Amino acid sequence: QHRNLLELLKRTTIHGESNSVLIIGPRGSGKTALLNHALKDLKEMKQVQENLLEHFLPGLLQTNDKVTLKEITRQLQLENVVGDKVFGSFAENLAFLLEALRKGDRASSCPVLFVLDEFDLFVHHKNQTLLYNLFDVSQSAQTPVTVVGLTCRQDILELLEKRVKSRFSHRQIYLLNSFDFRQYLKIFKEQLSLPAKLPDNFFAQKWNSNIQRLTEDKVVQEVLQNLFHHSKDLRSLHLLLMLAVCKVTVHHPLVTAADLQEASKHYRADSRANIVHGLSVLEICLIIAMKHLNDVYEGEPFNFQMVYNEFQKFVQRKAHCMNNFEKPVVMKAFEHLLQLELVKPIERPTVRAQKEYLLMRLLLDNHQIMDALQLYPNCPTDVRQWAASSLSWL
Amino acid sequence: MPNLEHPAYPAAKLLQLESLVPCRESQVSLLLSIFGEREQFSFPSIFIYGHRASGKTYVMHTLLNTLQLPHVFVNCVEYFTSRLLLEEILIQLQRYSEAEQASHVPCDTLNDFVRLFKQAVASRELQDQTLYIVLDRAEQLREMEANILPSFLRLQELTDRNVTVVLLSEIVWELFRPNNGCLEPVTLYFPDYSIGHLQKILSQNHPPLYSADFYAAYINILLGVFYMVCRDLKELQHLAALNFSKYCEPVVRGEANERDTRKLWKNIEPHLKKAMQTVYLREISSSQWERLQHDDGEPGQLKGLSAHTHVELPYYSKFLLIAAYLASYNPVRTDKRFFIKHHGKIRKTNFMKKHEKTSNHLLGPKPFPLDRLLAILYSIVDNRVAPTANIFSQITSLVTLQLLSMVGHNDQLDGPRYKCTVSLDFIRAVAR
Repeated sequence: QHRNLLELLKRTTIHGESNSVLIIGPRGSGKTALLNHALKDLKEMKQVQENLLEHFLPGLLQTNDKVTLKEITRQLQLENVVGDKVFGSFAENLAFLLEALRKGDRASSCPVLFVLDEFDLFVHHKNQTLLYNLFDVSQSAQTPVTVVGLTCRQDILELLEKRVKSRFSHRQIYLLNSFDFRQYLKIFKEQLSLPAKLPDNFFAQKWNSNIQRLTEDKVVQEVLQNLFHHSKDLRSLHLLLMLAVCKVTVHHPLVTAADLQEASKHYRADSRANIVHGLSVLEICLIIAMKHLNDVYEGEPFNFQMVYNEFQKFVQRKAHCMNNFEKPVVMKAFEHLLQLELVKPIERPTVRAQKEYLLMRLLLDNHQIMDALQLYPNCPTDVRQWAASSLSWL
Repeated sequence: MPNLEHPAYPAAKLLQLESLVPCRESQVSLLLSIFGEREQFSFPSIFIYGHRASGKTYVMHTLLNTLQLPHVFVNCVEYFTSRLLLEEILIQLQRYSEAEQASHVPCDTLNDFVRLFKQAVASRELQDQTLYIVLDRAEQLREMEANILPSFLRLQELTDRNVTVVLLSEIVWELFRPNNGCLEPVTLYFPDYSIGHLQKILSQNHPPLYSADFYAAYINILLGVFYMVCRDLKELQHLAALNFSKYCEPVVRGEANERDTRKLWKNIEPHLKKAMQTVYLREISSSQWERLQHDDGEPGQLKGLSAHTHVELPYYSKFLLIAAYLASYNPVRTDKRFFIKHHGKIRKTNFMKKHEKTSNHLLGPKPFPLDRLLAILYSIVDNRVAPTANIFSQITSLVTLQLLSMVGHNDQLDGPRYKCTVSLDFIRAVAR
């Protein structure tokens, strides 16, 4: 794929051909890295050095065509730019830009490269005018222009309008994370090894041999296997490795298997369970009441009054350790759960409806609740038994 | 407890830092190891989540200020639109630039922001150190434009500078993630304080007149009452400060000495229970509470914010309200049985069995037409009531008070329909 892209770019800059290409791949599969690498290689070639004009247009920053156009004119440093300000209306700008691009022909003008990051965001602009014009210019035989789009949506072609699609040369480069576990291990080793050119050669050797040992360690392999099954992309591998490497200090100069394990545990912690861990006992009781309601009514939404009823039933019949709290106190606990977004209302609250009768849903799973309860410190046994009980006493 | 050590920062500063953040040493050491040395690049974005008073803002503040790392601190609730947020970041960045005047830079979009940011960061004072942008209450970022959150997560890549964005929030990361995916930040969890930690932190604030043990005993009692309900450090601090003078009263009056725990407990316990219903719920303000303590009279009727005794209704309005409540919560079929002198037998239909589980009280009030209201009113009021305009105007005033609410359009063909919006306790209070 690298070769393909390089070929394409070379053809634009050296031979003056116009092209357009889309690079598609899931998040973290290295699209931007690939492009940067190709560009670096390109620049090293002697023929290209002064000639290429590049414009990086990240889709996140260009929210509509006007902004994009201003950015392009700014980067091109065209004549009607005074300092950093650009004036003229949208139509004027576009016309001027197209003129400038159109005046040059193959022999005397510089090739221009447009890199559109997050291409799918550009597709949502009004009428897709910018895309249309860019592709139009790339099809007509004036200034050699290459448009490279990077996106993570597979169905990007369907989003393009018909006229835009017809002007797009349907070149696509797919980047898929299609390596298996053994290659993954090799990548792991390569990422962590220090290059041999470091001044402190002795330390580099010690480090590299440690990495080699780690690669063969069963525990480390298990950790990596877990991560590999969860998501193949290299970005999560990087995150995990950085967390482990952070622990390296002067006193602890080598990465150990325990570090990797801890980093993995950190990475995979269930955040909702952590939040449930910090709730007060009253709030836990409310969550258990909601869980029972969900079991009985098979997932239908409930409101505060029903939850309060369940809670009352529990306190009257079973609990010896919980005093019966007043309704406003229970309401405050419920509102805390709302604020943490563990419970969400089905529709926005209107002025007319009372707070207690607003229908809501619980955003926690039964398993999550039971697991979190196991870890909950100082849980009164009554509450725990209530959670695990079936509803035979109803 | 691990000592914080880091080769890049002087040990004296680290010691000072450790004293300022009790019970949070492991989080701080993790953060320090992630930050690394001053010039090193760190993760592009860090997401810290935890409960409300678990010290996230406080720890970040003390860490960045004590070690004097260049940072920008912005609260997303205060700057709730993207324009305000971006301009505030740029204004705070001017602290680090060499220009003396603080000019107002208009910044509308993220594109301009990135450009101006690159200019601002190029000053000599920063010297390639990592700049930290801390966004507090980051859940508000979801409400702003859709490209704000993903851009901030990628700010390091978009601006090509040494900058790290730290997001603090109560809500878990899964609810933040945009639909298309984004650059995932490192998520750190600030665990809630355990009961031991809470005791330790609360006992640090003891007033100098009394001994630490005395105050610790008081905190113990306070936690015993309130821990089941609330674990929020700020709330507990507030309650501790308010109730301490009442706790010391027997000692002050000379009835008991500091170690007489049983007497102190008997004195303070009903007081704390009352506090749970009033100050904890913010029904009365803390100054009112303190005045009440000084008067030390009968507990009496506390005029809370949602007290029922606030509303004084005229005679017929009370009956109207009760009639409305009955109309909302009783199904229509039972009207005949309750309100007419000679009733027939009720035939149990199949319809009743299916809906037996969800009682009307749980689902909320149902709307009823005006005629039904008047019919019930006539039957519950003893003497004859004439349908004068007086009655109708009282109904309208009940609607304005939001004790009744009108359902449906103004010009409905069947006449106006109402719904009762008050609870049973309120009705009981009114009926007395």
